[in-house]
This record gives sequence, structure tokens and C-alpha cells, in this order.
Amino acid sequence: MIRTTDRTALDQWYCIDDLDDIGSAPRRTHLLGQEIVVRRDADGAVRVNEIATDGSVGAASPVEKRYGYAWTTLGAPARDILAIPESHEPDRKSVKCGAVTVHASGLRIVENFLDMAHFPYVHAEILGSERDPEVRHYHAEIRREVDEVWATGCKFFQPQASAAATGGVMVDYAYRVASPFVVLLYKTCVVAADRSDVICLFVQPMDEDLCRAHPVMFLIDDAAPQATLIQFQQLIFLQDRIILENQRPRLLPLEPRAEIPTRADISSVAYRRWLKEKGLLFGTAEGAREL
Amino acid sequence: MTRPSTITLYDFEISASCYKVRLLLSLLGLDYARVAVNFYPGFEHRQPAFREINPLGQLLVLRDGDLTLRDAQAILTYLARKYDPAARWLPSEPTLFGEVMMWLFFAASELSAATAARLHDILAFPVDEASAKTAARRAFRIMDDAMTGREHDGVSWFVGEAPTLADVALFPSIALSRDFGVEHDEYPALRRWMRRVRGLDRFIAMPGIPEHP
Repeated sequence: MIRTTDRTALDQWYCIDDLDDIGSAPRRTHLLGQEIVVRRDADGAVRVNEIATDGSVGAASPVEKRYGYAWTTLGAPARDILAIPESHEPDRKSVKCGAVTVHASGLRIVENFLDMAHFPYVHAEILGSERDPEVRHYHAEIRREVDEVWATGCKFFQPQASAAATGGVMVDYAYRVASPFVVLLYKTCVVAADRSDVICLFVQPMDEDLCRAHPVMFLIDDAAPQATLIQFQQLIFLQDRIILENQRPRLLPLEPRAEIPTRADISSVAYRRWLKEKGLLFGTAEGAREL
Repeated sequence: MTRPSTITLYDFEISASCYKVRLLLSLLGLDYARVAVNFYPGFEHRQPAFREINPLGQLLVLRDGDLTLRDAQAILTYLARKYDPAARWLPSEPTLFGEVMMWLFFAASELSAATAARLHDILAFPVDEASAKTAARRAFRIMDDAMTGREHDGVSWFVGEAPTLADVALFPSIALSRDFGVEHDEYPALRRWMRRVRGLDRFIAMPGIPEHP
């Protein structure tokens, strides 16, 4: 792997590991083509270092701890790690679902997360049903004041919307892309109708076409055991994984005419436009052409 | 329609071994209870509480009344003996029985490389990726050659004239091989056989395995 020179990608914060998994034994992984090592030192502080091309431990990278994860950057981010106010609500359960490696561009993972049209087919009888496959009209926009992509007013019929669901319901969704590789959704909570469950996907782009996804949920659900909640999300994610790994091209094209969007894809259109405006290259088909 | 039973499966949804047992339970039409085990990221199977159930600290455990069984292949044979009185899935005729057992041991030994390769690629488990994938491909090649021979002899299943535990035990690893980058094009006989397995009455899938051919 080769460390990227893409400034836009470098100047971001990335989730790289679950704090519970970081011990004194060094854990090697990759970020943007750069090999890095994560470990806890004798004082319990989390350290991240680059691994030089000769294999020696190189420069230290900044470390932040948020939402139960270690975050780092290889550049100079202009913005802080995203805020998730709901995560601090005392009656919410934080459910970390374990990192899953996917041989695809991290941007494809984010885009798949935004897509509702695949629910009835990829997540049949769970997140969608062929009896009601319609993606109803919703709104997508780039919110300039916060520099995020939002899709709101999304509605979808779901036979089993979550581990806690006992029957089909019409679910309200809102999606938020907080940075190119960080995406969240807010979804009707089946046990508290006036509040939303929050499901986040922190993507760690390891290489152009390889990433780890760190899914974490902030749920209002005091009934289901943690293992059941985790398995529900892992089941969903593995259904996506096989599709994502077989998508071609592996890298995300940002050129408007490269792939044909439908009305259901307006969130993806906004996301791609936003990435293009930022000049992001890592994980894109356009970036690959410049290699 | 499923039959009620006293069975409890300690289950991890995305495990190929757990799926193997769920598949047989479904084929036998058995209803059962599930206990979700936080295999990953929690590694609950290595905790003291779980070691009381399985001292090996390994995931797959099935309980039936007072019986506690570990190991996917042992569980398959137990379920077949107990809940398939016609002995369709585990024939008692010595030759057929021997051949089924041969493939069950193959599934437990040679195909463990496929499990390791899959855990590496999906969950970044620390395994020797290259040797696991080479060993998995070698095992699939042996299966494909065997199935090519079976088809040449005019039969559709690994043992005998009808599906047996051999087919159940061999199916998950190859069906899930795309999870670790092994495409099915290299194994044409296995592709045709997998289509037949998917067509079985009460067949169930899991993520990574299409329900319909």
C-alpha cells in the first residue's frame, strides 16, 4: 500500500480502533495507505504511530477518544470529530458492533448506507419487503452552514426494523454524512415513538479499495441483550458486504454521468457532488486515474 | 410447519459453523431456542461463564434437555440420529455411513482453513492469510473433483442417491467462499451441487449465501 497524497483525505479524523480492544500489545492496521500501529503505553494512554517503509516505528499521530473508539489523523483537520449529542443521553445504550473489513472503497460503503432502494432485496423481510419496495420521495441537501450532507423525510416499510421490533412498521429515517467517511442515520425507535435510534458507521479507509467499517449504535432499548443487538446489525452488514465486494468499479465514480441515478438516489447524488466539491480523490475512480 | 423440541443453540449469526447446524435444524423441521453469543467483538466464548458450558472456549454448543454437545459435526450426527428416525441424513448402511463420516471429518479438518480465511477477511482475525486460502482452495478442489465424479456416475449428492449430512457439512464453507475472495467459477461441479442444495425443501440461507440460485 502507498500512503495517499490526497490532502482532502489526509485532513480528516478517522476512527481506527475500539478502545476496549487496545492493550499493551501493538495492533497494526492501515489508514489511507499508511501502515500505523495502535497500542496503550504503561500509563494507559493510547498511542498511534506511523510505521515507516523500513518497518521502524515512526512519527506519532494525534489521538482522540470519542464514542468508545480511538480516532486519529495523518493531516491537519480543520474541523473537530463530529458531535453526536444523542450519545450522551443517559438512557441510551451504546452498542459497538465490531469492525468488519470490506474489499471496496470506503465511499461505496457510505453510499450503500445511504441507499434505501436495496432494502427489500438485500435485506429481504428485515429492512424491506418486495411487497412494498417503494422509496417514497425524500429531501437531500448539502447543508452549507455545517458542511454536511443530509437526507430527511425518508420513509420505508420495514418488516423487522430492529432487534426489538415485533412486526412490520413504516419507519422514518434521516441520514447525515458528517465527513466523507463518517455517516449516521436517525431512525424511528420502536420502543419510544418520539425519539430516534442513532446508528453510526465510522469508516476507516485502509486503501483505495479496502476499508474497515466500525458500526456503533446509540439505542433506546433496555430489553434486548447486547449480543442480540450486535448480531442483528452484523447480519445486516454481512448482507451488504457481499454486494459491496462485488460492485464494479470498486472505486466510487464522482463524474455525474458515470453511473445512472434514479429519483431514489438523490442522497447519493448530493454526496458525490459534495465529495467532488471537496476535491476528494482517495477511494474515487477519478483519483485512481491520477495514480 | 416445524416440530417443537427441547433444543437450544448457542448462536452467532454470521458463523459458518452455527449456520451449518441451523441449516440441519431447518431441514429436519425442528423448532429450537437460540441464545445469542457475543463471539465478536465481545469474545464471550472465551470468558469463564461460557467455558463452563464449553471448556474449549469455542463457540458452537447445542443443548438438548440434559445433554450438552460441542463440535458442529458431533451435533449434526446427534440431531440426525435423534430426530431423523428414517436415517435419511445419516444412513446406517455401513458403506454409506463410512462415506458420510469421511466427509464430516473432512469438513472438520480440511475445511477449517476456509473458516480461518473467512474470519481473517471479514473480522481481521490474526491468521496466516496466504496458507489458509491455499489450503481452502485445495480442499474445494478435492470436493469439486469428487462431485465431478459423482455427476459422471449420474448422482447428485456426495454420498448415496439422496442428500445426507455430508452435503450439509460441506455446504457452508464453499457457499461462503466469496466472503474471502474465492469465486465459484473455479468449481463448476460444486456450483451445480450448491444449486441443488439451495433447492432443498426448508433450505435456509445466511448473509453471503443467496437464497435463490
